[in-house]
Amino acid sequence: MDSDVLVVDDSAAIRKILTRVLRQTGMAIQTIHEAGDGQEALAVVAQHRIDLVLSDINMPKMDGLQLLASLKASPQWQEIPVVMITTEGGETKVAEAVRLGAAGYVRKPFTADQIKEKLVGILEPAVAL
Amino acid sequence: MNLYDTIAQSLIRSTSDVFSTMLATELPDGEVTVEETVEGATSEPNDGVVSFIGIAGSWAGTGSLSCSAAMACRVCAAMLMTEAPSVNEDVLDAVAEITNMIIGSVKTDLETDLGPLGLSIPTVVFGRNFKTRSAAAAEWIHVRFFWDGEPLRIKMCLAPSEKAHAVHHGGNSACALEV
Repeated sequence: MDSDVLVVDDSAAIRKILTRVLRQTGMAIQTIHEAGDGQEALAVVAQHRIDLVLSDINMPKMDGLQLLASLKASPQWQEIPVVMITTEGGETKVAEAVRLGAAGYVRKPFTADQIKEKLVGILEPAVAL
Repeated sequence: MNLYDTIAQSLIRSTSDVFSTMLATELPDGEVTVEETVEGATSEPNDGVVSFIGIAGSWAGTGSLSCSAAMACRVCAAMLMTEAPSVNEDVLDAVAEITNMIIGSVKTDLETDLGPLGLSIPTVVFGRNFKTRSAAAAEWIHVRFFWDGEPLRIKMCLAPSEKAHAVHHGGNSACALEV
């Protein structure tokens, strides 16, 4: 079954790039939703069946670590894999993301191959017609 | 290698890395200079786009990227693979994100020696004939790159935070810039 993916970043440019990259991965993706911060992301998750969240860490209102913590604290959403995509390469934030249950992280700047690599095992490959 | 050399080399490496990865563009090596500003000093009038990010921690300061409007449009076009005929929301957002990646990468490099540092959300200014004013005396490390002959300036200042060092250094102020 094709998956729904949620891209969370306060940068519209990064959301556009990730959307383009996701479409090029060859994974079975039905819909790519977007949110500009953690609060918007939680609203999207409440309205749609989301199979994967790709989230920035540094965002206004609710940052990526707070979003991750909220999802993992919810019995309804705790199984949704969350991959952090961030400029935060320091051990502190990465370790915190892992401790909170992140499925992985990708550092910005990223390549399409790095994104695709993180999706293997989380999303199904698209079936060739 | 002293801190200024470390910052300069990190700015060069991270800018080249971001342009190579996100814009598919290989930048030639940048030219490094150090500029000392005094408190209240005002710059010459500027045109174009300037993006700032604050750095906080036991050391604090500012990282910035500045370029012409045409260069900002070009950065956006290469990053998003789309047309960018004039400075709009997409262009400002792309410049902010490029700055975020460059300064974020430098921050990660510096954390090895300086401990954990935090980054603010980027602020972007676009205009003509605007001036910047230094809110404190500081040494700015400039790296000037040229992309097909047009300059792109990345700069950073970093100083021990007042709280962490006030007792030992007599209250050395972290650098700050006002627009």
